[in-house]
Amino acid sequence: MKLVIPSIHYLTILPVLIFFGASLVLVLASALARGKVPLSVATSTVVAAAVASIVVNVFQWRCVAKAGASTTIAHAIVLDDFSILASGVIALSVIMTALVAHDWAVRERLSGVEFHILALASSAGALLMTQANDLIVIFLGLEILSIGLYVLVAFDRHRATSSEAALKYFLLGGFASAIFIYGAALVYGATGSTNLGSISYFLGSNVVLRPGLLYAGGALLLIGFAFKVAAVPFHLWSPDVYEGAPTPVTGLMASIVKVGAFAALIRVLISALGTQLDTWRPILFVLIVLTTVVGASLALVQRNVKRMLAYSSINHAGFILLGVWAGTIRGSAATLFYVVTYAPIVVATFAIVTLIGGVGDEHHSIEHYQGLARRQPWLGGALAILLLSQLGAPLTTGFYAKYAVLASVVDAGGGALALIALVSAAIAAFFYLRWAMALYSDDRLDAARIVVPTWTGIVIGFGVALTIVFGVWPGPLATLAQHATVLFTP
Amino acid sequence: MHSSMWLDLLIVVPLLGALAAALVQKIEGRAYVVAVATSVVEMALALVVACLYNDHVAKAQTFDFATRHVLSAPFGLAYDVALDGISLLMVVLTALTVLLALLGARDRRQEPAFVAWLLLLTSFTMGSFLAHDLLLFFIFFELTLVPCYFLISQWGAKERAKAALKFFIYTFTGSAFLLIGILYLGFAHQHQLTGSALTFSYSALSATVMTHGTQVWLFLSFALAFAVKAPIWPFHTWSPISYAEAPTAGSIEMSALLAKLGTYGLLRFAVGLFPLALPTMRPLVLTLAAIGILYGSMLACKTPDLKRFVAYSSLAQMGFITLGVMSGSQIATVGAVLLMFNHGIITIGFFLIIGFIEKRRGSILIKDFTGLQGPAPILAALFTVVMLASIGLPGLNGFVSEYLILIGTFATHAWWAVVATFGVVAAAVYLLWAYQRVFHGRAEGANANLPDATPKEQWVLVPVVVLIVVLGVFPKPVLDRITPSVQQLIEHVAPSGVNK
Repeated sequence: MKLVIPSIHYLTILPVLIFFGASLVLVLASALARGKVPLSVATSTVVAAAVASIVVNVFQWRCVAKAGASTTIAHAIVLDDFSILASGVIALSVIMTALVAHDWAVRERLSGVEFHILALASSAGALLMTQANDLIVIFLGLEILSIGLYVLVAFDRHRATSSEAALKYFLLGGFASAIFIYGAALVYGATGSTNLGSISYFLGSNVVLRPGLLYAGGALLLIGFAFKVAAVPFHLWSPDVYEGAPTPVTGLMASIVKVGAFAALIRVLISALGTQLDTWRPILFVLIVLTTVVGASLALVQRNVKRMLAYSSINHAGFILLGVWAGTIRGSAATLFYVVTYAPIVVATFAIVTLIGGVGDEHHSIEHYQGLARRQPWLGGALAILLLSQLGAPLTTGFYAKYAVLASVVDAGGGALALIALVSAAIAAFFYLRWAMALYSDDRLDAARIVVPTWTGIVIGFGVALTIVFGVWPGPLATLAQHATVLFTP
Repeated sequence: MHSSMWLDLLIVVPLLGALAAALVQKIEGRAYVVAVATSVVEMALALVVACLYNDHVAKAQTFDFATRHVLSAPFGLAYDVALDGISLLMVVLTALTVLLALLGARDRRQEPAFVAWLLLLTSFTMGSFLAHDLLLFFIFFELTLVPCYFLISQWGAKERAKAALKFFIYTFTGSAFLLIGILYLGFAHQHQLTGSALTFSYSALSATVMTHGTQVWLFLSFALAFAVKAPIWPFHTWSPISYAEAPTAGSIEMSALLAKLGTYGLLRFAVGLFPLALPTMRPLVLTLAAIGILYGSMLACKTPDLKRFVAYSSLAQMGFITLGVMSGSQIATVGAVLLMFNHGIITIGFFLIIGFIEKRRGSILIKDFTGLQGPAPILAALFTVVMLASIGLPGLNGFVSEYLILIGTFATHAWWAVVATFGVVAAAVYLLWAYQRVFHGRAEGANANLPDATPKEQWVLVPVVVLIVVLGVFPKPVLDRITPSVQQLIEHVAPSGVNK
């Protein structure tokens, strides 16, 4: 038997290669260099890699504009505007996280470069997920993404909660991966392929008389994804992990995992299983109702802001799923728009949480935020804007993100679902506002001033600027998301 | 057609004012001057628009100053503003409200954030009244929550946190239904005209063909949001605490102005877009309005503090407005639009005077006061004028609008009008009783030494009193501007309604 190496279009996989490459360079450098690799070198490497990846994205965009979407490596990897936009946002989140983590590492006196190596490797996994056109490749991306994060969550060796969270994340994440791969195997059994295009073709040209295998496989895949995006009832790990992980890691997790997992989920459900829309929609319906309502309701009783943000991100996951539920171009574009706008906001929010956390990363009770905006109007105001954006107030991207997914759902005939989700947003508003109110309360006016390091400050400013600029003027981003999805739909 | 520039300015000027106020905040008191200047400019702009609109009425087109720019095609988002007689009146009210609220809040002139939020609120409210596109309206409608929330939560009384949250969550939940309704309508319109772009333009959507059932559901979803905002009984439970806990300027903005967003939306969007639903929904909404009138009047008698007192009397007044809006009678609808304006003026008057009293005594509890008439005769006189206007004394503005509503409604829905008429009597009861308790009798202790209104305070109330009298005696210029617009709206919904 002769093994044929499939042809490789390197431009397609260049971003993934850059991230992996940079990660390897750092590994080698830390092994070969005589002393320790300085933190600033490591941070610069991460930023340079991410910037390079974004530059490559621009070239990729041109390539797609000229030649259309394409697949490579035996149709396992796809290059289309959808993946390009998603990878761009992942790279952006990595840059933002790296800068925040730099200041954090300086504060915590961490000198190793392991954080950067793992962050780069994880992000490479997320990038791979956005481009995956094969269940195996999605699994590969998922694992690369997760394994790095398992270690990153445990990164804070001084705190027991960090290790505890990592173990929890590792065990449940392992289960999720196993469930996912089992689902992939069943789908392979039902359709004869793991390639998304082939699955779609098979289901489009054949009538599945005994769909049990397919349904079971699809359901397991969905459960695997639900674990990763923390959809209720598969969310139990998320508050503990969000709380236990070092705060910059939480920010990274909240952003890149969502982008990667949702990009892959859309490809699986819409491109591969699009013909089975009527089957997976009711499941997703239940999932969304639970995720939005439970996420918002449980956030109400939290006093720890990281747990609160965990439940808030569960609520957001429910909203993002709305766009998937719609199953239309509009829905996919809305999902993309949502994750693209959500990622920078959530990284910037966690950047502020990192600052307030203080040395030891421990001040995460809502009491620590009291009077912040009175003492430091810029920092407090920035957090207030970010919270309003997460709440979905107009003039922020959060509003248009919610608007876009809701519009797609109403368009697809899901008015009731949209209404349930929006009511959950009203519940969620309660705790965002409680937090915002704490910022402007008159207590603790004499608390110590929070020092804002330059890079973290820039990241926060950037996140706020992004949410306001595109909140006032969402046109270009909306068009971009729409455009990216038109080419992607098979 | 006039250029839309005037309307753009109406929205942008307060925004710039807020920005300027925030930027000069380092210098003491400067922000307040900037804010007052901005609101004077805004008032002037509103009057210019009112004058320009005048000669336009003759040409029998009702919407003027229209413009439309698509901002995002995939989202169906467009900047689309236009003005007709109904919105004109609301625009003038908005400008007037912020001017008087600022002048009445002189004690807050050291707080730039406060005046900046007020100006932002003005801009967003302007936008809501001027929006000729449902999505744009919704965005402005939602945006008004943010400044209002901060005004209550930062400058309110003791329970401000609770009040602000309650206000935000109630309205936010209500508008959830509105957004879904708007989206449904937009897509229904798009699917009818295959290949057309998604649009939420008011004029386009009003041509959507819908079944009776669809219209009823959409009407419900719209009306719910507006009923919370107005508030209409039984969706009013947020309003007493919010009005009572808010700072004076906040109470003024909320009850004189933002409440009108509810009734304006009800008239313009719920009634204007879903005529088929009206015969079905009318009995329900009219009944709620009538209950609101009686219930509000009853609670106004029992309530312990002055701000809640105005809140409940507002509930009754909003009941009157709703009655007129839903009656399907042209006369009553004109009366309702006029009452939106008049109630705004009367409420500004009430809250300003209550604010002056609160500043002197640090209390708004009715039982703390007695015999204020003795030490403060001018304050008492001003209160009397406002109160009599609210009762509906002929010759003052409240009478004109309530009279129009009652005769119009009587012609189409007699029984509801009969019930509502008791509300007029009840208003006299609770207002005069409150006046007796606060101003009559012998003043003792702190009440005896209550300083009377200062000249500055008197001047703030002059426009209120003048408008109360002028609109009571000579409402014709205002009625002339409202009537063609209302007529067009009623004619649009006429096939299903009674047109008298």
